Amino acid sequence: MSTVVARRQGLTGNDAVALAWRQINPDVVAAYPITPSTQVVERFARYLADGEATTEFVPTESEHSAISACVGASAAGARVMTATSSQGLALMHEVLYIASGLRLPIVMAVATRALSAPLNIHGDHSDVMGSRDAGWVQLYAGTVQEAYDLSILAVRVAERARVPVMVCLDGFTLSHSLEPVLVYADDAVRAFVGEARTSGYRLLDGEGAGPLTVGPLALPDAYMDFRRALANAMGRALEVIAGETAAFNAHFGRDLPVHLEASGLEEADGALLLLGSTADVVREALAGRSSASGRIGVVRLLTFRPFPAEAVRQALSHVARVVVMDRADSLSTLGGPLGIEVRAALYGQAFPPAVTDVIYGLGGRELRARDLERLRALFQEEPVPGPVYLGVEDG
Amino acid sequence: MSLNLRELSKRSQGLAPGHRACAGCGIPVLVRLLLAVAPDPPVVVNATGCLEVVSTIYPYSAWPVPWLHNAFENAAATASGVEAAARALFARGRIRRVPKVVAIGGDGGTYDIGLQSLSGAIERGHDFLYICYNNEGYMNTGIQRSSATPPGARTTTTPVGAHGRGKLEPRKDLTEIVVAHGVRYAAQASISHWGDLAKKLQKALATPGPTFLNVLTPCQPGWDYPPEDLVEIARLAVETRYWPLYEVADGRYRLTFTPRPPLPVRAWLERQGRFRHLLDDPEAVERFQAWVDANWDRLTARLK
Repeated sequence: MSTVVARRQGLTGNDAVALAWRQINPDVVAAYPITPSTQVVERFARYLADGEATTEFVPTESEHSAISACVGASAAGARVMTATSSQGLALMHEVLYIASGLRLPIVMAVATRALSAPLNIHGDHSDVMGSRDAGWVQLYAGTVQEAYDLSILAVRVAERARVPVMVCLDGFTLSHSLEPVLVYADDAVRAFVGEARTSGYRLLDGEGAGPLTVGPLALPDAYMDFRRALANAMGRALEVIAGETAAFNAHFGRDLPVHLEASGLEEADGALLLLGSTADVVREALAGRSSASGRIGVVRLLTFRPFPAEAVRQALSHVARVVVMDRADSLSTLGGPLGIEVRAALYGQAFPPAVTDVIYGLGGRELRARDLERLRALFQEEPVPGPVYLGVEDG
Repeated sequence: MSLNLRELSKRSQGLAPGHRACAGCGIPVLVRLLLAVAPDPPVVVNATGCLEVVSTIYPYSAWPVPWLHNAFENAAATASGVEAAARALFARGRIRRVPKVVAIGGDGGTYDIGLQSLSGAIERGHDFLYICYNNEGYMNTGIQRSSATPPGARTTTTPVGAHGRGKLEPRKDLTEIVVAHGVRYAAQASISHWGDLAKKLQKALATPGPTFLNVLTPCQPGWDYPPEDLVEIARLAVETRYWPLYEVADGRYRLTFTPRPPLPVRAWLERQGRFRHLLDDPEAVERFQAWVDANWDRLTARLK
C-alpha cells in the first residue's frame, strides 16, 4: 500500500482530473476551454509547460473541433482525452455519436453545468443528460476523490469496453471545491492503465496493416447492425465497469463502489436516489433522523450509462417509497431523466416501490433546509406522476 | 520525381475501379492524381460529401490508403487529431514513420460549414495538406448554392423563374482567405491542367506545415454538360480566366498558366445548362465578364 498511495493532497475536482491525466500521460489531448471545466486544461497545459507530461496538446478553436480532433487521434491509434462543460458539450453533440459509433475509447471529463437559455454557468446535469443517448458510458463522481479515481478507471473501461467514457463531476461543487485526496504514485497509475490498448484502428501503421477505411457510408443493409453492435457493447460495458472497478480497488487499495453506493438502507422504509455530490449533503441531513414514515436511506449512482437496472432493483428491493432527485429536466412532463429511468427499471416487478421524481438544483440553485423538509414530507404524500420542482414557489 | 503521365499512370495506388462517381465527374481525376503523385501513402481524412459517398459504401471501399471520415464540417479538425497522434506515436516509438495527412472536402465542407475548422487547423500549424474539390455547389445533396457558386448560376436554392435569376451574389474567394492565414503554400488548380495540378500537389505535399489546394472539379449533373465534356469544361474555365491557375509560395504570387489570348467567358458559360438563362441576356453576360476581369486584375496586381 505504501508504494501505491503517494500522499494526501488538497485538490479541487479540476486539479484532480488534470493530475490523473498527467499521471496517465495520454498520447493526445484536444480541448477548448469552457467554464467550469477550464482549469482541467489549464492545469494540464501547465504540466506540459513544466515538462511533467509529454502529451501532444491540440488547443482547438471550438469544442466541436476538439472532439473532432479526438476522433481523428483515437482512430489513428492514440490514447486521447478531452474536457468540457455545458454549451461545449452541446456543441460536441454531433461528434459524440460518431466517437461511439466508431467505437473509439476517448475519455472526457465533464464538469457538469446548466444549458442556456437563460445563460447560466453553474452546476446541474442538463448538459450530460442531453448526451445520455449518445452511446457514451457516463460515470458520476460523488467527491473530488472519485473525480480522480474515475478519471483513472475510465481509461481501462473505455479501452476494454471499446466505447467512449464521460467522467462527470458536478460543476463548481466538485470542479472548484478543495478536498483532501489520496493521490497514487505515478508508477502505480501507469501500471494500472498500462500501455494504450488503442482503438484497434491502425491508420498510421503502414507496415502490414494495409489500407483501412474508417467511417464509411453504411446503407440500410448494414447501418442497423452497427448500431446493434454498439448496443451490445454498452450492455457488456456494465460488466466491464464492474470488473475494472474491482481491479482498481485491488490495485490501489480503494473501495470505489460498483455502479452505485447504498447507505442507510438497512431497516429503511424509503430511499432517496440521486447522482453526484448532492448525496453527501442529503446523507448528512438525514443521518440519524427518521421521517414520520420511517427511516430514509440514500442510493447514489456512479454509473448512469449504461443504466445499472439490476443493481437499482436490488438496492430498492426492500423500500416502499423512492424519491428520485433529478438535477435536470427532460421537459416531457414525466420528470427528469433519472426518475424516468428508475421508474422504467422498476416497472414489472411484483411489488415495486412508489416513485416520486424531484427536480432540484437547476443552474446551481442550492438545497435549503426547508427543501430537505419538503423531501422528507414527500415520503408521506401520495406519489404524483409528474415531477415536483424543489425550491420553486409552486413546486 | 518525373511528372511523365505514362509513368504516373503505372503507379499502383489509384482510386480503385468501382467507385460510384457520376460519369463526367472531376473528382476521381483529382484523387487519382493525388495518389499517383504522393511519394508515400498518405492518410486521407475525408469530409462528408460526394467523394466520401461515392468511394466508401460499406462493405466496399475504393481507397488504397488509410482513410477516415468523421463528419461534414470537421475534416481539418479531424486531420489535426490524426497529425497530432502521428507525432505522439512516433515520439513514443509506436510507429516507424509519420505519414502525410491529407484532408479533402468539397466546397460545401470547406468554403462554408467547414471554414472554422479549416481556419483553426491552419492557424495551429498542423503539418497537413487540405484539398478542396470545388464543384461550386452542394452537389451531393442535390445541387444547392454554396458560397463557391458563381453569380448567375442556377441551383435548386437559386432557381430561375419569373422572379429568380440564379445566384445573385459573387463567390467567396477562399484561396485568398487561406493565403491570409500565412500558409507557406496555397494554390488554385484545375483537373484539366494535370501537369500543373501534379506539380502543385507535389509542392504542397513537400512543404511542411499547413498547405492548401483549391481545385476546380466540374460536376456533370450540377453544371449540366455532356459527360464527355468534363475536361473541356474545366479547361474553358481556365482559358476564359474564370478560374486562374496560380500559386502563393512563401508569400510570392505566381501565375502558373496564362491564357493567350483569353477566351471570352461566354465560351465557358454557353457549355453549361446552369447558365443557359443568362445567354439571351447580353447585359448579364457582360456583367459576368466584368466580374471575371475584375477578379483577374485583382489577382495580377499581386504578382511580383
